[in-house]
Amino acid sequence: MKRILMTGNDGIGKGAVDAGCDCYFGYPITPQNELTAYMSLHMPMNDRVFIQAESEIAAVNMVYGASAAGKRTMTSSSSPGLSLKLEGISYMAGSELPAVIVNVQRGGPGLGNIAPSQADYFQAVKGGGHGDYNSIVLAPNSVQEMYDLTVLAFDLADKYRMPVMVLSDGRIGQMMEPMTVKENYKPTLIDKPWALNGCKGRKPNKVWSLKLGDGELEEHNIKLQAKYKEIKNQEVLFDEYMIDDCDTLLVAYGTSARIARGAIDIARKKGQKVGLLRPITLWPFPKDKIEELSTKVNKIITIEMSAGQMLEDVQLAVKGQCPVEFVGRMGGAIPTEQSIIEKI
Amino acid sequence: MTKTLYKRPEALTDARTHYCPGCGHGIAHKLIAEVIDELGIREKTVAIAPVGCAVLAYNYWNFDCSEAAHGRASAVATGIKRALPEKFVFAYQGDGDLAAIGTAETIHTANRGENICIIFVNNTVYGMTGGQMAPTTMIGQKTATSPKGRDYHTMGPPIKVCELLNTLEKPYYIERVSLDSPASIRKTKKAIKTAFEAQLAGKGYSFVEILSPCPTYQHTTPIGAMDFVKGPMQEVFPVKLFRKDGGKINE
Repeated sequence: MKRILMTGNDGIGKGAVDAGCDCYFGYPITPQNELTAYMSLHMPMNDRVFIQAESEIAAVNMVYGASAAGKRTMTSSSSPGLSLKLEGISYMAGSELPAVIVNVQRGGPGLGNIAPSQADYFQAVKGGGHGDYNSIVLAPNSVQEMYDLTVLAFDLADKYRMPVMVLSDGRIGQMMEPMTVKENYKPTLIDKPWALNGCKGRKPNKVWSLKLGDGELEEHNIKLQAKYKEIKNQEVLFDEYMIDDCDTLLVAYGTSARIARGAIDIARKKGQKVGLLRPITLWPFPKDKIEELSTKVNKIITIEMSAGQMLEDVQLAVKGQCPVEFVGRMGGAIPTEQSIIEKI
Repeated sequence: MTKTLYKRPEALTDARTHYCPGCGHGIAHKLIAEVIDELGIREKTVAIAPVGCAVLAYNYWNFDCSEAAHGRASAVATGIKRALPEKFVFAYQGDGDLAAIGTAETIHTANRGENICIIFVNNTVYGMTGGQMAPTTMIGQKTATSPKGRDYHTMGPPIKVCELLNTLEKPYYIERVSLDSPASIRKTKKAIKTAFEAQLAGKGYSFVEILSPCPTYQHTTPIGAMDFVKGPMQEVFPVKLFRKDGGKINE
């Protein structure tokens, strides 16, 4: 056990290095620049690959190459850059290549601003790029989780051969907190017999997503959907806070969940029974848990730094069994504890 | 007594071609396969196929291959080569892929001097999508999207990629060759071999541009396409060694 003080962005970098990330490809964009800078120092220091690419598109396609070569690889960006990376993410989903993609979200749409935001939820959890696909989406709410979930992201990516996204925001990226890091951690690496590393002693491997044969692409999609179904059954993660006796349930992730916890602590002192369900995986979404809780509480309040995106998934999970209300701010603004308490 | 004079290279599969009659891709694929056999590197080769007619190159090559998104072959090649520096990595790209949508990746990969080879097949048109204007389409050349011929004033002149890359410091070897005759084809093979040997020796970035016939969208016969490549194309894209051993060739 070793405690260190770090920013969230550095925490992701440290997590990637400890998880055995072999190749990192980045491109500058605020508010994730600390991460690219961290990797530019620590990857070469550990005899790993670092390239500052000519664009977000080039970076994600370098990730495609390194992943096809069987290596653990990552890229990071912030919202406008993520839009560009969607090309590569869709191709990796189609070619079944593992990779870790980090989005330290900022306000949008367009160039927006550089303040923290959760407005890329739809883009992250609904596929985002073209075609029928999903990425596993992990939502840290602390520097500790920036580290832990990045390590987990590499394992999940390899396990399911697909892109895994760490969906954070500028606030968690920039803030400093103490965290516990793994010491002498050896990641468990799995065999990748599909990788492109020269066909010595075997038939040539191909990494591709073009399926032109009659019915071939539908068959491929059916296989992908079966994988997604397994993930929905196996990999849902969430955190609970004071939900055992609550009659009002807050649902929030990331930064919003921290504010929600603050609001709960104030409300509890006033005798109000409020709890928090914090999704850690945004895809797969903890819909069964939310459905179960919706039969036990009087109402649910979803809190987001967006116009209400996760709100739709909460409403789908609740199936009208209790009222679902919303507290949200947009354009890089952050909801206050007071605004949540007023809604309770 | 029989003597084998020629046989299909081990690096080439016996898949039936999907290319049009008179297309240059089959020749270029075969030359690459022959060189890979001669260098004995089939089992350490990873190739990147482009988006375009040659996307199916992996059906013809008997070694590891990756697809890349349109224009991104250089970036994918960079990722693979940096991940596995001991392997032999080359990307095969057409003119639309390399010189339009992939211009940024092409220039920056060359500028970093990545130790990879790029085989650039220039036939002045987009083939797979139906003969649209490419960055290398010549002034006056009629295509699906320049029906009255490429207009200098509104569409600009063709991009000469070898000349462009030759302004950079780090490329090790740059040559433009052609498939217009048996002699030219032999020279093309020699250029491919020079490029591949450079990478194996760790010399850095090599670029071979191959002027190639496309009877279908050059709107002519297979023989007419060879004449097009030999005549008008080479007036705009001179067959030339631009750089060898890391140094520019004097004009």
